Amino acid sequence: MSAALLDLGAGAIGAAVREGRATAASVLDAALERLRAVHEGETDLHAVLHAATQGLESEPLTAGPLAGVPVAVKDNFCTRGLPTGCGSKILQGWMSPYEATAVRKLREAGAVIVAKTNMDEFAMGSSTENSAYGPSRNPHDRTRAPGGSSGGSAVAVAAGIAPIGLGSETGGSVRQPASFCGVVGVKPTYGRVSRFGLVAFASSLDCVAPFGRTVDDAAFATEVISGHDPHDATSSDRPVPSMRVGPGPLAGLVVGVPTEYFPDSLDPAVRAHCERAIAALKAQGATVREVSLPHTALAIPVYYIIAPAEASANLARFDGARYGLRVAAPGVQEMFAATRATGFGPEVTRRILLGTYVLSAGYYDAYYRKAQEVRALITADFARVFASGVHALFTPTTPTPAFKLGAITDPYEMYLSDIFTVTANLAGIPGLSLPIGRVQGLPVGGQILASHFDEPTMFRVAYALEEALGVEAHR
Amino acid sequence: MAVTPDDVRHVAQLARLAIPESELGAYVAQLNSILGHMEVLQQVPSAGLAQAAEEARDGMRTRPDQPGAVRLEVTREQNAPQMRDGFFLVPRLATHEDIGEES
Repeated sequence: MSAALLDLGAGAIGAAVREGRATAASVLDAALERLRAVHEGETDLHAVLHAATQGLESEPLTAGPLAGVPVAVKDNFCTRGLPTGCGSKILQGWMSPYEATAVRKLREAGAVIVAKTNMDEFAMGSSTENSAYGPSRNPHDRTRAPGGSSGGSAVAVAAGIAPIGLGSETGGSVRQPASFCGVVGVKPTYGRVSRFGLVAFASSLDCVAPFGRTVDDAAFATEVISGHDPHDATSSDRPVPSMRVGPGPLAGLVVGVPTEYFPDSLDPAVRAHCERAIAALKAQGATVREVSLPHTALAIPVYYIIAPAEASANLARFDGARYGLRVAAPGVQEMFAATRATGFGPEVTRRILLGTYVLSAGYYDAYYRKAQEVRALITADFARVFASGVHALFTPTTPTPAFKLGAITDPYEMYLSDIFTVTANLAGIPGLSLPIGRVQGLPVGGQILASHFDEPTMFRVAYALEEALGVEAHR
Repeated sequence: MAVTPDDVRHVAQLARLAIPESELGAYVAQLNSILGHMEVLQQVPSAGLAQAAEEARDGMRTRPDQPGAVRLEVTREQNAPQMRDGFFLVPRLATHEDIGEES
């Protein structure tokens, strides 16, 4: 019974456990059974790095809104009971002495952490191929990437291990894998969710970001983890509105379609599915208006200056003295350098070098200061559009469906897969990806963006679109 | 502003990364390629806009600077590699060679 329950979603699981129709232990058993099934032999999706064991939760809560709901958590969240390694050799086996606020809130709502999931090392990547433990695989085609950096959580949700996954976003690391794996991914407004206990990559961009198998699962998770936290000075003390607004007509709502997100190079099949989704929005009563976000093309250069710059500072703490790996060397400086060179993979090393370079004397103004100024222009683009009466924006999430593992070897070409998602991180606005169709069996994601702290409008559009497209979105 | 091998050596030293000489050329080429794509930003007239955008926002509110405890999920002792007489025993950082003959 619990195996079937697992497919019903977070709301139904919570209700069944609260009403005594199922136990949290039986749901966890079903989740672990499914986890084993998708990690065996030739069907191994390699989504999970550390699985929970039955009995880990000595007294699972049975009264919370997420009572007994299994949640898969990305390996860069500090968790009790399971290692926190950020997909890196440098933190292999590290046990955190405290727990991330988002994880604590999920547990307090009754959720059960079923696994720590695979990820690009320190969240630097768009395919999960940069994990020190090998790539995860797309459940729709094992030869393809699940996206990244939160690929493991996306796969865990898509494969039915858990209805909710926890990921993190710095430039699209939840929306892009959600698009590739056919699930829903949410990047809340910067400050909506506490980052306490999320291992830092780029602090002005990082967001705690949930996955759901459905819009309702994703809205549920977003609502539970949101709110002010005294441990994160950037978390907002604004009241948390209900995110589970449910499906309904979109009359009175203006949805903008930015021309810059539909370039000539866009995959024609992705464009066709977007056009069908836009027609569905109109049919639901929304007014659709073409808009312009003229600085969109500058987002990738801006992001790949700011994010590595912040990463070079944040990752300085991993030196062999305080955490994890230590490589012996004759002197202290040599030990630091040897440990970091051994513990970090090529992409992390490349971004630390790049970030240190753009912050170094003589280059700071040309790169870092300039990038911050252009970031303000990108933010102003969104502010202008939302101030003009547009309530939400609709775009493709990615230019193409999931690419083949190993197909992209040029770092900058890989960076371009974030081209439609990175702008929301730079501007701090909320964004969501949901499945809008399939191309040759591969999911296609549509993206909804909204103004700062207006997640309810974003979810309103998502619920309506999900209902309008229905099973069509999965064909 | 082409990146040279010496630039990468210098930046690696700042970042405390031991980059083998055999890998230096690849990093030089990759950084030059990536930074080449950044040059487009130099064409954007944006001086002073960052300050304006900052002022337009709500601004970052500060909280009182009061120390508070973070609840640990495991005790400090459990998280230490080893304890003796209430002290943490950790691997030696410096060797006698590091501190020379001074001691």
